Amino acid sequence: MALTAKTVDLSVDLGFLTLKNPVLAASGTFGYGLEFEPYLDLEKLGGFVVKGLYYGPREGNPPPRLVETPSGLINAIGLQGIGVEAFAAKVLPKLRRLRTAVIVNVCGADDDEYAAVVDFLDRQEGIAAYELNISCPNVKTEGLCPALSPRTTFDLVKRIKAASRRPIITKLSPNVTSIVEIAQAAEEAGTDAVALVNTFLAMALDLETRRPKLGNVFGGLSGPAIKPIALRMVYQVASRLKVPVIGMGGIMTGADALEFLVAGAAAVEVGTASFVDPDAAVRIVSEMERWCEAHGVAAVREIVGTVKTA
Amino acid sequence: MTIERNARLRAVRSWGDYFHFSVEAPAVGRGARPGQFVMVKVDDCTSPLLRRPLGIHDADAGGIELFFKVAGAGTGILSRKKPGDRLDIIGPLGKGFTVGDGLKGKKAYLVGGGRGIAPLFFLGRALAAAGARPAVFYGGRTAADIPLCDKFEQAGFELHCSTDDGSFGFSGFVTALVENEIIRAKPAIVYACGPDPMMKVLASITAKHAVPAEFSLESIMGCGIGACWGCVHRIKDGTGDGWVKICEEGPVFPGERILWL
Ligand SMILES: Cc1cc2nc3c(=O)[nH]c(=O)nc-3n(C[C@H](O)[C@H](O)[C@H](O)COP(=O)(O)OP(=O)(O)OC[C@H]3O[C@@H](n4cnc5c(N)ncnc54)[C@H](O)[C@@H]3O)c2cc1C
Ligand SMILES: Cc1cc2nc3c(=O)[nH]c(=O)nc-3n(C[C@H](O)[C@H](O)[C@H](O)COP(=O)(O)O)c2cc1C
Ligand code: FES
Repeated sequence: MALTAKTVDLSVDLGFLTLKNPVLAASGTFGYGLEFEPYLDLEKLGGFVVKGLYYGPREGNPPPRLVETPSGLINAIGLQGIGVEAFAAKVLPKLRRLRTAVIVNVCGADDDEYAAVVDFLDRQEGIAAYELNISCPNVKTEGLCPALSPRTTFDLVKRIKAASRRPIITKLSPNVTSIVEIAQAAEEAGTDAVALVNTFLAMALDLETRRPKLGNVFGGLSGPAIKPIALRMVYQVASRLKVPVIGMGGIMTGADALEFLVAGAAAVEVGTASFVDPDAAVRIVSEMERWCEAHGVAAVREIVGTVKTA
Repeated sequence: MTIERNARLRAVRSWGDYFHFSVEAPAVGRGARPGQFVMVKVDDCTSPLLRRPLGIHDADAGGIELFFKVAGAGTGILSRKKPGDRLDIIGPLGKGFTVGDGLKGKKAYLVGGGRGIAPLFFLGRALAAAGARPAVFYGGRTAADIPLCDKFEQAGFELHCSTDDGSFGFSGFVTALVENEIIRAKPAIVYACGPDPMMKVLASITAKHAVPAEFSLESIMGCGIGACWGCVHRIKDGTGDGWVKICEEGPVFPGERILWL
């Protein structure tokens, strides 16, 4: 059957949110969105997740904050950012007019701060959902983040879900013994979706000076290097959860994105690829469309979870 | 700010580890100002993954010139490109040097260390066009590290060279050479690009002699467009200081705003 470009239906329905296509730009790799306006049409994205926001402005880590490793990038930005008030005053009015899903990545140094961020943002218009970044170091538990245990994940998600007027996507950390258990805890607590993975805790050092290459010593690894592990985790989580899964980790091409859908993700996020090519996310959408055309797939959602393991 | 995916490499010149590229990239060249930079994709591979920042060595309506030193894998791959090859570049990015009208008839000192000379040719031309009197101070470790002396001389610039080992020009650091000249004839402004230690010394020299100065800073860059917050330096503003993205607010900053760590 010959299909023309227009016939592929790229839209996906997350239940609480319909996206015009399955590609979101990932938090922390897409600034506040506006940085990318010179390079792509933001409305061609399924949506984008803005950089993680704490309540107040945040200083971030001392440099160096980035180091490249083979096919990967380790970052230790330390979630530097402008805080919710400046975001609402300066950025959100410009995002509100866009016909695409704007998702805010919510951070907190303790559960109260997550709640305060959501409470403040609930009073603003123009946000489609919150992505709860449960990988933030917690001041009350010696820097451990909520993502590390099912209990802390459950407590935080439950509290935020009860308080929020918007859907919650819980973003999982891969730095755990069993990501499935954490995902299930988030689901039990009422999350509307899960997103995975965040970056892998990593380190690089300089042999000659014997010093760590990052100011913060540790950082998070992203990029093509993590894709196979991320894909495995998405597959495992998607096969156990009822809520939709948003997959990410090293997606550089339309084929990469489609693999995550086949593994069970309802949508994907594109991160590090946007640094290499500011228009990567939009290119990935058109590559997915072309693949669907070539393979007679009329609606991209048809391939979600079609991995053949038997 | 545009992406030129198919910028044709017109010509290559090289001196040991140093390379000069002339690139056909009208959309980048047209809007470029001295001190701005481009992000170059060195290859369609994932290792190296990121683009590399390079200063705009010169620009006109037809394209740009680059001047770089091979520092590692990325610049190594770039150095093996041949005329006719295509480059994928984003630019012009960042805010450049200030070339004020007030400089007409006045002296401006341009100080470049090693590969840091790259943006100063374009700046020198702009200053000359604005009626200023630029003098270029070009320092390197050895004579092999200052391959652009002829180019600056042929373009008619007043040129002072130095090498750390004394193999060419003034023997010693370029900063000492600059300080001697500042004492002899105080310029209206000093512009600099080079290794951090050089710029740090120069910052204290220009502060001591009360000469305004602008420095082009370097950092590893994730995106070059203000999206990753990876490229920060400690910068002062009206109220205090903080980590500022140099790709967006810089890479050029006035000396008094930079905290040298
Ligand atoms: C705004 C800006 C303009 C620049 N302009 C020029 C130019 O015109 N000509 C030129 O030769 N170089 C320039 N550089 C430096 C150039 O970007 C680096 O030398 C290059 O990215 C190194 O890449 P590589 O893969 O060859 O080496 P890598 O293997 O990545 O690095 C080699 C060494 O250099 C360090 N390094 C890597 N990237 C940078 C960086 N961006 N800044 C400082 N150190 C770094 C690494 O830590 C390592 O020690 C500029 C940098 C910036 C930020
Ligand atoms: C520089 C940088 C900053 C990031 N900041 C955030 C953040 O603020 N919040 C968050 O949930 N994830 C953050 N991430 C993680 C990404 O959103 C994504 O989960 C991860 O990079 C894996 O996807 P990728 O391989 O496509 O980049 C960041 C990643 C990078 C590289
Ligand atoms: S390099 Fe990404 S913000 Fe400057």
